[in-house]
Amino acid sequence: MKVSENWLREWVNPNISSDDLVAQITMAGLEVDEVIPAAESFSGVVVGEILAAEPHPNADKLQVCRVSDGSEEFQVVCGAPNARPGIKIPFAKIGAVLGADFKIKKAKLRQVESFGMLCSASELGVSEDNDGIMELPLSATTGEDFRVFLGLDDQIIDVDLTPNRSDCLSVAGLAREVGVLNKVDLTPVVVQAAEVSVTDTFPVKVEATEACPRYLGRVIRGVNVTAETPLWMTEKLRRSGIRSIDPIVDITNYVMLELGQPMHAFDLANLNGSVVVRMANAGEKIVLLDGQEISLREDTMVIADEQAPLAIAGVMGGEGSGVNEKTQDIFLESAFFTPLALAGKARSYGLHTDSSHRFERGVDASLQEKAIERATQLVLEIAGGQVGPITQAVNEDALPVAAQVTLRRQKLDQYLAVSLDKDLVTDILTRLGLEMIEVTDQAWVTKAPSHRFDIAIEADLIEEVARIYGYDNLPSSMPTAAVNFTPLSESKTPIQSLRATLVSYGYQEAVTYSFIDPNLSKQFLPEIEPVPLENPISADMGVMRPSLIPGLVKAYLYNQNRQQSRVRLFETGRRFIGTVEALEELDQQLQISGLIAGSRHPEAWYHNNEKVDFYDLKSHVEALFAVNNGGQPTYQRSECEFLHPGRSADVYLDGQFVGMMGELHPQLAKSLGANQTLYVFDIALEAVLNATLPEYNAVSRFPEVRRDLALLVDRTVPVSELEKVIVESAGDAFKGVLVFDVYQGQGIDESQKSVALGLTWQHPSHTLSDEEVNNSVEQTVKALSEQLGAVVRG
Amino acid sequence: MENLKQILADALSAVEASESESALDDVRVHYLGKKGALTALLKQLGNVSAEDRPKFGQLVNEAKGQVQEKLNARKSDLAKAALNAKLATETIDISLSGKGEEVGGLHPVTRTMERIESFFRGIGFDVAAGPEIEDDYHNFEALNIPAHHPARAMQDTFYFNPNTVLRTHTSPVQVRTMETSQPPIRIICPGRVYRCDSDQTHTPMFHQVEGLLIDENISFADLKGILHEFLNVFFEDDLKVRFRPSYFPFTEPSIEVDIMRTNSKGEESWLEVLGCGMVHPKVLEMSGIDPEKYTGFAFGMGVERFAMLRYKVDDLRMFFENDLRFLKQFK
Repeated sequence: MKVSENWLREWVNPNISSDDLVAQITMAGLEVDEVIPAAESFSGVVVGEILAAEPHPNADKLQVCRVSDGSEEFQVVCGAPNARPGIKIPFAKIGAVLGADFKIKKAKLRQVESFGMLCSASELGVSEDNDGIMELPLSATTGEDFRVFLGLDDQIIDVDLTPNRSDCLSVAGLAREVGVLNKVDLTPVVVQAAEVSVTDTFPVKVEATEACPRYLGRVIRGVNVTAETPLWMTEKLRRSGIRSIDPIVDITNYVMLELGQPMHAFDLANLNGSVVVRMANAGEKIVLLDGQEISLREDTMVIADEQAPLAIAGVMGGEGSGVNEKTQDIFLESAFFTPLALAGKARSYGLHTDSSHRFERGVDASLQEKAIERATQLVLEIAGGQVGPITQAVNEDALPVAAQVTLRRQKLDQYLAVSLDKDLVTDILTRLGLEMIEVTDQAWVTKAPSHRFDIAIEADLIEEVARIYGYDNLPSSMPTAAVNFTPLSESKTPIQSLRATLVSYGYQEAVTYSFIDPNLSKQFLPEIEPVPLENPISADMGVMRPSLIPGLVKAYLYNQNRQQSRVRLFETGRRFIGTVEALEELDQQLQISGLIAGSRHPEAWYHNNEKVDFYDLKSHVEALFAVNNGGQPTYQRSECEFLHPGRSADVYLDGQFVGMMGELHPQLAKSLGANQTLYVFDIALEAVLNATLPEYNAVSRFPEVRRDLALLVDRTVPVSELEKVIVESAGDAFKGVLVFDVYQGQGIDESQKSVALGLTWQHPSHTLSDEEVNNSVEQTVKALSEQLGAVVRG
Repeated sequence: MENLKQILADALSAVEASESESALDDVRVHYLGKKGALTALLKQLGNVSAEDRPKFGQLVNEAKGQVQEKLNARKSDLAKAALNAKLATETIDISLSGKGEEVGGLHPVTRTMERIESFFRGIGFDVAAGPEIEDDYHNFEALNIPAHHPARAMQDTFYFNPNTVLRTHTSPVQVRTMETSQPPIRIICPGRVYRCDSDQTHTPMFHQVEGLLIDENISFADLKGILHEFLNVFFEDDLKVRFRPSYFPFTEPSIEVDIMRTNSKGEESWLEVLGCGMVHPKVLEMSGIDPEKYTGFAFGMGVERFAMLRYKVDDLRMFFENDLRFLKQFK
């Protein structure tokens, strides 16, 4: 809420500087967003009076005016069409400075001398209004400094109020708070009940008695809607960010800002039969003040007459029923709508008004009569009229009841870790307007004032005491909790170790959005229906990613377009598969995923420009499993749609599918614009978080024996099959096998490949004899030949 | 006797003058060999008077020893010089880069999150995680934010349907923890959160670390102490910190914490860095914890904000572009 400091100080005027006041409000929990001057800086402008205006001899659109500053007369050339004798205007004299450095000097306009300038409101930064020169009331004292006249040496304090403090959404409310903080009394505006001069009333029927427990209405006849709203009021409204419309609307806005009660005025001539406060009928239409037609829902309360809805209660009035330039008689409304009844309603129609903002958060339920009297008083002052009696419809049962809340000494001390003096606490609570029902050494039994409907439980009072005492004045300490010893598990790998492993392989960690383009999702995973957002930020962030790979590929393309050809990226995060209709079963699994492309090594002086391939990627995947000996994965050909069918693998751990890896499908890569081959992996994070506690095996003291075998085997036989047969057949002392060459091509039958293997044996308790090793080799070769048709290469 | 001195001097200078192992060997044969000059002197021992004989023998042997020692030293010098000469030919340009992989790096958000986690792990907090697609109850209701509460407008929420949202904070993880365990509870919940907002200073996805400490007798003073200490530790500074009243539906009292920053011109200003408060009794109650017996505090912070301050990043959106030229600055 924006409020002029001068206005606030009319209500409460502590002896502190503006800066201190702003700091104080902020530290009381009413955060000040910004403080802005009420007008731009200018000087040398006074209230002037146009004595005469003659047409300019050499220009059609200019006039030559004679202007008085109260003591002297000046000739001023002016282009504004509304310049005419008898009006008072802001007059910038020679030497005046407007804005930062616009100095008014003597000038000649089409051969006529001009001594000063007549100003528009926008030139002085007091309004957007640039429609001719600003006309001041005739009561203004000619010659008075314009800044003094309008009280422009003021600043606008913009307070960002939290939803619980709607009691401060008015000058009165802010003043109350400032009064409490400074222990200063308020000088509130005096509101007297208007004298009733006509008996006219208009019938009010409240059907929605729960949602509208109090409705006050009053007829005022014969108001002059063409009367000018006084400058003091339009200035206050302007400083609160509200434009002046007509005197009646201005007054209802003014009372809302002053006291916090949103009000509405109807043109009595447009009301048929009676005012009915009811819930809307589904599909009922209303054209709002802003011109848009809305189709109403049954959960929406309206102010209607016998024929049609006239306003959405507490949100916005209708176009046809409001005050207009022909209005003569008005019906003023001052009502209490419950927050629950209005909560979310404005938003649901895409609306947000000063009125709905207040009603949703809560308005003081005891304020309506005071507000209608205050408005009446102002209408009479400004627009005249005859006042009818107030019509009331009240449902006492639905009105909020002031809460009785007990604050226990023991709770207060425990929460704040300090024992505040009893009188101090009583004083704080009393100043806040709480009624002390009983005060003892053990407790304060209190009753909250009607404007502090947010106070309902003990913690609310603790907060109030702490807030007024000052959070920064409360003690600070470190808790002395018992030391907690938890076992240091080695059966889980910290995710940090996995990240570190990939980082050591040259990967940069990426963070891509969890929502992706539905089309991209379909391109990667046509079979999966991704989870759509109802209100995405944009269409290309429309669905939750079913895989991290599309995002990583997009990140690759981003970098490719920025001349980065060697890319290694990884990401950890959730993927989403399933439907929100079965939320419990929705797969929100954490994945660890990566992408590599470009040269195997960074481009460097040693000329190794080989590109990465499937096996580079595989070593990275293997490394993830190898950290802390997390288990031995197995690999099977993958049928994943977005991978190259011959160069991809599904990864299994203990027989469970845990992810896949391989070359991105060349066609997909091409259609996305990748200019080189991309390799990706996507593994369930859980699968690589396993760790095995190492267990020592005695190291044999006897020598290890190695024999190399070169085998010819059908090229479709995976090397892993050879290894499996070797492990099974190489005898007890067998230690291990490694593949040191794979060859297919010239010199070998097209259907075959040559595989060179190094086998090692070692016995724990004796040196192996040649004979023993030879026997093992023989057995192995035999098994390989029988089971896989492999023959030793001659 | 004069002869011995002369021979010794000649021998030593011959050793000194030798430039190769073979030359040294020649010198050795010439002086110490069977027919060598010093050996010859020993053979003449018979010609020396019996009285001088021991003395003379000793002198000749000493001279032999001296020559041998010199020979050894010279030999080792020559070997060393030869090796050095060979190594010199093997000299390489040590300024060239090493071969193999260059190390990558963590995303600054992860790096920041790990710093935050390490502080809280150090004082006994566990790390908890939970789903990102959440039900309305855990994201709002259980945190004392009923339907249509004005506080819902404080957070622009992504919806899947009226009852399912993308979590707007990591607080639902706290709720889930409270539902399944009893105090003492000490957890932090790092993770991705989402708000339907995108401009210069907002991204629709960002990261939070929230924390929760519930035990008997936890007070406002504990909250102040821990969070101030955390900020000092994180920023490696003795910070000026202020605790400002605020409002969150799930805490009471609610607090925003500001730190004092000084810009390049030396001007000071307060900067909001985290929100916190004493857990609202209703929140405890709804999750099955007795608010009469236990109190606690909760806090939450935006990881990107901390990363921006720590690493002087001035454009929030850089965090999610995954531009390698940005990422590689965080090795």
